[in-house]
Amino acid sequence: MTNAGGEAYLSPASLLNEPTIIRESTSMSSIMQSKNMGARLDKLFRGTTMFFAFLVFILLLGIIVTLFVGSLPALKAFGPAFFTSDAWNPVEIQFGGLVPIYGTFITALIAMVIGIPVSFGIAIFITELSPTWLKRPIGIAIELLAGIPSIIYGMWGLFVFAPLFADHVQPWINDNLGALPVIGQVFQGPPMGIGMLTAGFILAIMVIPFTSSVMRDVFEIVPTMLKESAYGLGATTWEVVWNVVLPYTKTGVVGGIMLGLGRALGETMAVTFVIGNAHELSASLMMPGNTISSALANEFTEAVGDIYTSSLITLGLTLFVITFVVLAIAKLLLIRLSMREGKQS
Amino acid sequence: MQVSSFSLKATLLVAGLTIATSAFAVDITGAGATFPYPIYAKWAESYNVKTGVKLNYQSIGSGGGIKQITNKTVDFGASDKPLTPEALEKAGLIQFPAVVGGVVPVVNIPGIADGQLRLTGEVLADIFLKKITKWNDPAIKSLNPSLALPDSAITVVHRSDGSGTTFVFANYLTKVSKEWSSKVGADTSVAWPTGVGGKGNEGVASYAQRIKGSIGYVEYAFAKQNNLPAVTLQNSEGEFVKPSIESFQSAAKYAKWESAPGFYEILTNEPGKTTWPISGATFILMHKIQDKPENGAEVLKFFDWAYTNGSLMAKALDYVPMPESVVKLIETSWKNNLKSKDGAAVWTK
Repeated sequence: MTNAGGEAYLSPASLLNEPTIIRESTSMSSIMQSKNMGARLDKLFRGTTMFFAFLVFILLLGIIVTLFVGSLPALKAFGPAFFTSDAWNPVEIQFGGLVPIYGTFITALIAMVIGIPVSFGIAIFITELSPTWLKRPIGIAIELLAGIPSIIYGMWGLFVFAPLFADHVQPWINDNLGALPVIGQVFQGPPMGIGMLTAGFILAIMVIPFTSSVMRDVFEIVPTMLKESAYGLGATTWEVVWNVVLPYTKTGVVGGIMLGLGRALGETMAVTFVIGNAHELSASLMMPGNTISSALANEFTEAVGDIYTSSLITLGLTLFVITFVVLAIAKLLLIRLSMREGKQS
Repeated sequence: MQVSSFSLKATLLVAGLTIATSAFAVDITGAGATFPYPIYAKWAESYNVKTGVKLNYQSIGSGGGIKQITNKTVDFGASDKPLTPEALEKAGLIQFPAVVGGVVPVVNIPGIADGQLRLTGEVLADIFLKKITKWNDPAIKSLNPSLALPDSAITVVHRSDGSGTTFVFANYLTKVSKEWSSKVGADTSVAWPTGVGGKGNEGVASYAQRIKGSIGYVEYAFAKQNNLPAVTLQNSEGEFVKPSIESFQSAAKYAKWESAPGFYEILTNEPGKTTWPISGATFILMHKIQDKPENGAEVLKFFDWAYTNGSLMAKALDYVPMPESVVKLIETSWKNNLKSKDGAAVWTK
């Protein structure tokens, strides 16, 4: 940049014949100056970008400290029992986080159980099986799904999905899965259309676009030569997917799943609409429950008193830690996967 | 270039003028309860047209309102749940009721229309305590011999967020059921023995409409505007009453405001033959010692104007204006309790 600028300044000066020397000397010094300026600007630029980058650390630290300080009163009052108690009584100021923590994990688990196979299927269809003219419309549809705000999913879930679910799916689940021994009670409950199972379904729908588009992208980078060779050896599509595509892309696939899991754990509005928001611990997935983020969304504005507010902040801190641990596990998994790959080759 | 720089100057000039003019009038700020927000906003709009005084009200919730007025970041706070006289004393605040609202149990039972189902307070409490779980329970049947009540489960719908509506409703249940008062109690959110939680009145209403056999509670205005079938309730004098502006006003009239220090009065289970038993006022909080008495006086002027001229606007939005007798009590309390730093009364009308 500075060089180019210097030359541009120099060339018109050298074209003028008469006071060349003087002009050149001044232009020389101006080159020096502009070089100096450039170096300073470079430094400034470096400093600014570094500041922006460190801002992330400062923000992260600030959030952790705020959450921790905010949660101290509740942690002092209840101790570690906060995480194992299912009490939530604002009248007697007794709080425990078990119900929302349980709800967060269960709804995310349901979302993953449904979301992963579906996303996998979508990605495989687009990359391996779909006729070319269909690839683009499906791809665009998935990206559009990813762009829908979560509150729209919540409203759709409550007004459209929940009644259909209550009238047509839940009675069937009650009669068939509910009749099974032992695990039957997980599927028994009044067909209200709202509850943890519904929340899990909605979350699955919200997670699918993220997971499937990451999977599609990584499946697409598998070299055609590898796949063609496998087909040439007489492998079926399934064998190619399972033995060639997946091993080649497993880091990316795990990354996509973790992206989806992160969304499922933290999703707020859509869940708040359909989960039923009850601080009640029940084995049945048909019963209303609560997640950490929906409890926060519901109760923060009108939480009166230090311990109540602090208990909610403690829940927030818990969600933060859970997400952090999930991300850390994902990173570890990816490192181990790539190490194993290194050994194999 | 010339023209654009001129127009820029003109814009700056105009902007400067607007800032200058708006600085002359005292703007008042308030924060708190969400339930009365629509009527405060309506009053503020008309008041601004009339006097030029702007009211900036943030409906951030009662909890936030109490916090903000305690920290003196606003001129007045608003709360659906009255502060106890001790809490007021401690924070150096006074409170007074602004408007009254009613809480209405609504049901979704196929074949049962608005006002048809009769309940007593005790039966209502037992339903919310999960002691009565079917609509054809003998306790409900004996109150409604002519109704065909189905053999279906009752699903309770309550608020999932903290709310003055919940406080008023739970407070009523503590007055009519010993078991409720010992097991659950009353606050802006309580540990519900059963049921699903909806966020806001609209959340409760949409769950109640969605789930057959459900019973929930919402603000009267909300039940009316959405045509939710309400319950007819027995009041403290044994009469079965339907919710209406008149029956809430009756509760406000019969309430013993004179003997309630700091207007700590919850309008549940009040006497009066026509009284709806679950009503409640929403309150305004102000500091006893006004650091900026001119702002305090503006707040009082605004509410004085609202009490005298705002009744029709309130009724149009299905709020119940304060009865005249109560307004007199409120303004006496202003005169006696609100002082500037040097001890002069802020309200001198």
